Amino acid sequence: MSTQTMTGQGVLIPALKADRGGQVLLALLLIAAVVVPIFNLMIPEGSFFHLSTYTVTLFGKYLCYALLAIAVDLVWGYCGILSLGHTAFFALGGYAIGMYLMRQIGPRGVYGNPILPDFMVFLNWTELPWFWEGMNHFPVALLMVVLIPGLLALGFGWLAFRSRVTGVYLSIMTQALTFALLLAFFRNEMGFGGNNGLTDFKELLGFDLKTPGMRVALFITTVIALAVGYIGCRYVIASRLGRVVQGIRDAEGRTRFIGYQVESYKLWIWVFSAMLAGIAGALYVPQVGIINPGEFAPINSIEVVIWVAVGGRGTLYGAVAGAVLVNYAKTWFTAAFPEIWLYALGALFVGATLFLPKGVVGLIPARKVKTA
Amino acid sequence: MIPLPPLLRLLMRLPLRRCLLAAVVAVSLPLQADDAVAPAADATAETTAEAAPAAPTAFPDVIRALGTASLSERTALLEALLATKNPNTAAVLTAWLEDHLHVRDADGAVFITAEAESNYALTDPLTMAAAGSEASEGFTKIGSNNNLRKLLRSALASFKLGNPDAAVRLAAVQEMLRAPDELTLTMLREQAKTEQDPAVLKAIAAGQAYADLTSDSADIRLAAVNVLSGALDGETLAKLEALREEANEPDERVRSAASVAISSIAVKRKFFSAIETLFFGLSLGSVLVLAAIGLAITFGVMGVINMAHGELMMIGAYTAYVVQQLMPTHLAASILISIPTAFVVSGLVGIAIERGVVRFLYGRPLETLLATFGISLFLQQLVRSIFSPLNRSVATPEFMSGQWVINDALSLTWNRLYIVVFTMVVFAALQLILRRTSLGLKVRAVSQNRAMARSMGINSDRVDAITFGLGSGIAGVAGVALSQLTNVGPNLGQSYIIDSFMVVVFGGVGNLWGTVIGGMTLGVAGKLLEPAVGAVMAKIAMLVFIILFIQRRKQGLFPQKGRAAEGH
Amino acid sequence: MSTSPATTGPIGLRTKPTGKRRSTNAPSPDLSHNIILYVEGVTKSFDGFKALNDLSLYIETGELRCVIGPNGAGKTTMMDVITGKTTPDTGSVWFGQTIDLLGMSEPEIAQAGIGRKFQKPTVFPEHSVFENLELAMACDKSVWKILFAKLNAVQRERIDEVLGIIGLKDHRFGKAGALSHGQKQWLEIGMLLMQDPLVLLVDEPVAGMTPQETERTAELLVSLAGKHSVVVVEHDMNFVRSIARKVTVLHEGHVLAEGTMDEVQNDPQVKRVYLGE
Repeated sequence: MSTQTMTGQGVLIPALKADRGGQVLLALLLIAAVVVPIFNLMIPEGSFFHLSTYTVTLFGKYLCYALLAIAVDLVWGYCGILSLGHTAFFALGGYAIGMYLMRQIGPRGVYGNPILPDFMVFLNWTELPWFWEGMNHFPVALLMVVLIPGLLALGFGWLAFRSRVTGVYLSIMTQALTFALLLAFFRNEMGFGGNNGLTDFKELLGFDLKTPGMRVALFITTVIALAVGYIGCRYVIASRLGRVVQGIRDAEGRTRFIGYQVESYKLWIWVFSAMLAGIAGALYVPQVGIINPGEFAPINSIEVVIWVAVGGRGTLYGAVAGAVLVNYAKTWFTAAFPEIWLYALGALFVGATLFLPKGVVGLIPARKVKTA
Repeated sequence: MIPLPPLLRLLMRLPLRRCLLAAVVAVSLPLQADDAVAPAADATAETTAEAAPAAPTAFPDVIRALGTASLSERTALLEALLATKNPNTAAVLTAWLEDHLHVRDADGAVFITAEAESNYALTDPLTMAAAGSEASEGFTKIGSNNNLRKLLRSALASFKLGNPDAAVRLAAVQEMLRAPDELTLTMLREQAKTEQDPAVLKAIAAGQAYADLTSDSADIRLAAVNVLSGALDGETLAKLEALREEANEPDERVRSAASVAISSIAVKRKFFSAIETLFFGLSLGSVLVLAAIGLAITFGVMGVINMAHGELMMIGAYTAYVVQQLMPTHLAASILISIPTAFVVSGLVGIAIERGVVRFLYGRPLETLLATFGISLFLQQLVRSIFSPLNRSVATPEFMSGQWVINDALSLTWNRLYIVVFTMVVFAALQLILRRTSLGLKVRAVSQNRAMARSMGINSDRVDAITFGLGSGIAGVAGVALSQLTNVGPNLGQSYIIDSFMVVVFGGVGNLWGTVIGGMTLGVAGKLLEPAVGAVMAKIAMLVFIILFIQRRKQGLFPQKGRAAEGH
Repeated sequence: MSTSPATTGPIGLRTKPTGKRRSTNAPSPDLSHNIILYVEGVTKSFDGFKALNDLSLYIETGELRCVIGPNGAGKTTMMDVITGKTTPDTGSVWFGQTIDLLGMSEPEIAQAGIGRKFQKPTVFPEHSVFENLELAMACDKSVWKILFAKLNAVQRERIDEVLGIIGLKDHRFGKAGALSHGQKQWLEIGMLLMQDPLVLLVDEPVAGMTPQETERTAELLVSLAGKHSVVVVEHDMNFVRSIARKVTVLHEGHVLAEGTMDEVQNDPQVKRVYLGE
């Protein structure tokens, strides 16, 4: 971006003007938001052009992953914090919305209890745990989607950044964090459905989750969230704060000695990223219809990092490209050659780090940047 | 020698059963001491003749008579059977007790039977040879009643008491004490006079004391309490607990003695259970140390973060499995052979990883982390393709199975003991390599100042490869140890990688002693927490603790010292 | 204000604090005794090795001071202590009469008005030269303010001015990482200027510079003195001679001698341990 054009015009517009990859991405998202509903809802089933609801949901899932990947790219690509625990924030956001969806089931559960979700009845609980109170209100649930991941990130980051834990140590700590949450959520006593998690959702805001119309609505919401998330991140990166954060990545000591409280900056971008991941999780859960502790598994978090690495870190649109490409490959491989998938993923890890330091988008000549 | 007079006095005190008892003792004697045979047999002959003059005496006759005898006559026949001192008696008594003694209706012949579908597989009690198989319809069971069964059990126990194997005798004593009566106690008192094995003697003494607790005499009860105050087992504790109640024990002295005994036993049991927890903790810690110590080399000394470390352990465990499949009959040898084999196999895989991938990424720790994670996925899938995704189990050789029973309150499993020892040996060997060999010198030189080491003529590429190989080889050896504790599967490594990193980071990167002390501390702390909060919560607590700890002291327990450690 | 000696500076006299100096919200030092930096009795040992041993040093307001000494004399550790990177075992460090630097973090010290140039030039390689200077600029550096910060005309002018001073006008949009070693040194000095500090701690500013660049650096540092207090650590004796008014010789973490270049050069102890005899 040019610093000259910055006066008078604000930060965002020039940043987006200079961001060819971002323009392509936003254009594609706009097209998707228009085309997908038409091909799904207006073209009759059986037609060659009909897009199945399954595919719509699949695309929606990819875009949730893309939002998560942007969140990881923001801290890794721009601030040098390699998080191996970002799916913890993703899953917490998912659990928050999952709790709302569970409460919406009401008396239609297997046990017909109007207040308690099925798994609580099954465990012979008689009262709703305090942290489930209020989760039947959609605004409360939305607040929790960003609040819970944000608070966890704040607590963890405050401890970690203040004592200047960096690099590999920090990565391992984040991994331990999500691993501890994985173990905790597996416990029935936690009150989140234990092993099985939260599932059997019926409706969101009174709309049946299983109808094609609702699926398309969720898809469009995800598209909007991704676009807004992208633009928000682009603004942050283009702001002076973004430059400070990149300065921390490249020369942390220098940043400190010119008077920036490095810990506060790291904490800000870390919490922001965690909240973004929480939103991605909240969009993901109604579409896939389940959230369980498996989402906390450390391997998931590492996979997110590889999406970013494959796409090209430090670009934001590269993260989107990587998330969609790798997940599309995963869908295809696990259907066609399930036993090959882990080999391919393993090779992707090694290949991307050894041969593609700038990712897929780095292969595209600088003048004609395109994204998936 | 068996002193006869007390035995005879005893018989006089027990008019109802004296004949049988005599027979029992007489039968058991020859098995204990050959020179006791003659007088004992004499005594038996007299008494038996006196009690049941009409009964047959030869073994085949007695057996045959059993087939036709009424239930009440069978008591006498049992005595006669014992009197024959035939070696097959025990088998006949066992069969009788278990309702496997049948008479063939056609000819009155008696057989030991085993059910085979609707047929009986027959064994001739006279020869103990198989006698074919016949339909079960043609047979009638030689039954028993409660009283008879009790006698049968006692008779059998007395047989076992004569067994040369102390473990069999101990089992017999314990069996008899399950429902002790005057008869069994008398037998045991007799046994105590000749018994040499301390465990058997102890069991007998305890049984006697238990019986004495119900005595009418307060003095006897008091003495019994005093005897029992030296015990450690839970059963004794429960019996003494009961005595503290006034309803159960009228005598004040006995009650207070019981209280004193209980607190003394409780203190000792607490002590031993603390030792046991400590041991469990140390063994868990040893596993952590074994898993982490190879990582301490690659991560700590070289600064390379190897996420495939767990999979190198998995390869070691599978090596143990393969070696065992190749030599299934030599379990102990296969384990010993698989230790160096696993070291070499995992070490070579490690060197391949270093040469193929890691060396291109030196100085880029986060990329190294991702690339090695990719390798770990690859290796897991490779193992799934070769060995199937199912878990395999590696058999444990005999010297490592079972437990070392130290006393009633403390017994340690051998495999865990071996793991602790093995960890120490591996650690000592590693220290020796790093401190006393020229390779170790070079490794330390390169880790401290690569450029300087190079200019001194050290081939740092080679040292890197060998160091990585060493760390990986240790992982392989750890895998062999793990194969003795858990099933071997493709996910074996994954479950240890986070723990291992925690141990290395907690102990202080670059410090092998730190790794050992860190691992042991975490192991013991985990086991101490476990009873209070459960295994999962203990694990979570440990993770949270380490996260907090590292933030307080990011250099770990034992930081590397010096100005360089301050960092930039 | 308290009257206790602890808060009235090492001299023990109480004076009025001066008003706010710069656009930051950091406290301003009280310079009423014409001494801007007090380093008193500072000892710091690393694992038994005493990098600083009862070091005492006073820098006057507007002074240009050169600090020399053999390797391991404690020059860099001294700067680390002043800038808050290293906490000493004993001793005290005061900024003017009222500001105790030992309780402050690196950014707080930087905000208070002490700038530092590292021995190895450290700039932000992925940012343009212009952005490097922009980031260093003195302003409120709290997170939310920075998120919405915009350059005003005065600030742009100041950046242009500094670009001129350090001779990098032609490189303003070039990446800092692409600069030559000497240019990076200049950029780092430029970043120091942007901070508008009261005290500049400059660690080996001319290492890797051509003679012409060295000469220009000397001119710049001399011109800065007066408005700022400048402490230069340098090995290049000719350079030191060309700029120094007062020289401090460090040896084994302690001040060995202090005075003009001539005085120091003729000091027998200095001759023995440093200049070689």
